[in-house]
Amino acid sequence: MATTDTDEPTRRDFLYVATGAFAAIGVAGITWPLIDQMNPDASALALASIEVDISNVEVGQSITVKWRGKPVFIRHRTAKEIGEAEEVNVLDLRDPQSDQQRVIKPEWLVMVGICTHLGCVPKGQQVSDEKGDYDGWFCPCHGSHYDTSGRVRKGPAPLNLEVPEYTFVTDDKIKIG
Amino acid sequence: MSGESNYQPSNGFTRWLDVRLPIMRLGYDSFVDFPTPRNLNYWWTFGAILSFCLIIQIVTGVVLAMHYTPHATMAFTSVEHIMRDVNYGWLIRYVHANGASMFFLACYIHMFRGLYYGSYKAPREVLWILGVILYILMMAAGFLGYVLPWGQMSFWAATVITNLFGAIPLIGDALREFLWGGFSVDNPTLNRFFSLHYLVPFLILGVVMLHIWALHVTGQNNPDGIEVKDEQDTVKFTPHATIKDIFGLSIFLLLFAYFVFFNPNALGHADNYIPANPLQTPPHIVPEWYLLPFYAILRAITFDIGPISSKLGGIIAMGAAMAVLFVLPWLDTSKVRSARFRPLYRQFFWIFVACCMGLGYLGGQPAEGAYVTAAQILTAYYFLHFLVILPVLGLVEKTKPLPESIAQAVLGGSGGSADATASPEKRG
Repeated sequence: MATTDTDEPTRRDFLYVATGAFAAIGVAGITWPLIDQMNPDASALALASIEVDISNVEVGQSITVKWRGKPVFIRHRTAKEIGEAEEVNVLDLRDPQSDQQRVIKPEWLVMVGICTHLGCVPKGQQVSDEKGDYDGWFCPCHGSHYDTSGRVRKGPAPLNLEVPEYTFVTDDKIKIG
Repeated sequence: MSGESNYQPSNGFTRWLDVRLPIMRLGYDSFVDFPTPRNLNYWWTFGAILSFCLIIQIVTGVVLAMHYTPHATMAFTSVEHIMRDVNYGWLIRYVHANGASMFFLACYIHMFRGLYYGSYKAPREVLWILGVILYILMMAAGFLGYVLPWGQMSFWAATVITNLFGAIPLIGDALREFLWGGFSVDNPTLNRFFSLHYLVPFLILGVVMLHIWALHVTGQNNPDGIEVKDEQDTVKFTPHATIKDIFGLSIFLLLFAYFVFFNPNALGHADNYIPANPLQTPPHIVPEWYLLPFYAILRAITFDIGPISSKLGGIIAMGAAMAVLFVLPWLDTSKVRSARFRPLYRQFFWIFVACCMGLGYLGGQPAEGAYVTAAQILTAYYFLHFLVILPVLGLVEKTKPLPESIAQAVLGGSGGSADATASPEKRG
């Protein structure tokens, strides 16, 4: 260029920067749809909540239902299990939560049956399953133990089993989601 | 090494083409006239073997995609359809599935060859780094491909690996849903994994070209780890390296054929013949054998480190185990490349090989009791090797004297000069 270098920004400098900035915004604008298409789509977001009839789940029994493609554990807890869950000193827990914070009715424990470590489904729903050192659930993948309130007590999992949003529609029916 | 071209177009057409697109010249200079060190051994045939593996995977993969359906309800049955109905489908699928294992076997031999003979040292750092990128792309391709049959191991491997990303602070959950395209591994996940599985091999092909380009700029390393000095140190790529590569490949194919025809499921997992079930985790999730050492490192971190949870810690350790390979050229402080002349490094090299194999074994065992302790010890050693042993060794080790030239090392005598004063009857 025939212009001499000066410290003062010139009209041409402004045009270069402005053009470059618009080009960058344009590229970002075009890239975003290509990235965002991978996020959960409308059909995945339109999650129907599910209603579950729990009238025939006896004390001491568990059922597993599928919600959002994930297993949800519903356990009709025994008095012994409730007692064990309530006795625990909350401050000793890795993810401190009292049992009351995790249930609506103490006899019903509802939670997403996905280990908070790497997403396996813990054992403990079947009578014959290994239930871990705390009589709740045990994840066979990397050895996390959960207690009768679904709280992590031992192993690599960082958090308690997630409690989904749910309500009792009637005494015999819950709505998850 | 890229000296002057000796290519002579032989007829009118090649002369015409040569001044328009000198592709024949490129091929001739790269694969015919290219000077290779005359002391290369059979460990140097794995580059060609790996190229062959890549081509096999692409060809069989393209064919399989003609019959496979990437949908959560149809993927498993379409794979069975390939096995039972498609003409030679069983053969093509077994070649593809075992081909992945053979690809990794060759890759590991190729990498350990590089470690033993110091092939990553100046001026070949970029060549090595491109190789590490290829290795990581291969792991991505292998993982994505393993998910496609949508069996139990496919599904749960995908679940465990994508959940790793959930451990990243702040963005973890959003990133995981971004990868899944939903709230768990499901049809959108399978669909995009198929798309990416088709893409990655072509990325690999691109990086392979850079890898070969870098190789042809610096020239090959060799078992003595000394630079080529003159023409006497080299032989032409064709026929010498070409024939040697073909022979090495033929032996390799015997092993390949053994697995494909006599033991096609030996390297797979029986659980992957059970259709994916999101409500039931198999009792024992294991990745493919070639990822086991990293899986062992992931699971070895069972304790929190300050604010870092054990989960995030495991992921950091696994990432670091791969990342450390990138900086290897600067961690090894020894000026001598080949372990032939490094008596101490040679021993540590074999300990390191044993360490990697040990991690591989532990990655396949349940994460409990003594297995965890052993994995923790070997993980610590893995990092110790790179971060302490290699830097220190270069400073304290007394290396053996290097030969004056490759020609002297191979031909004996005081050689090295072109007039060959060495008595010819001494050796070859």
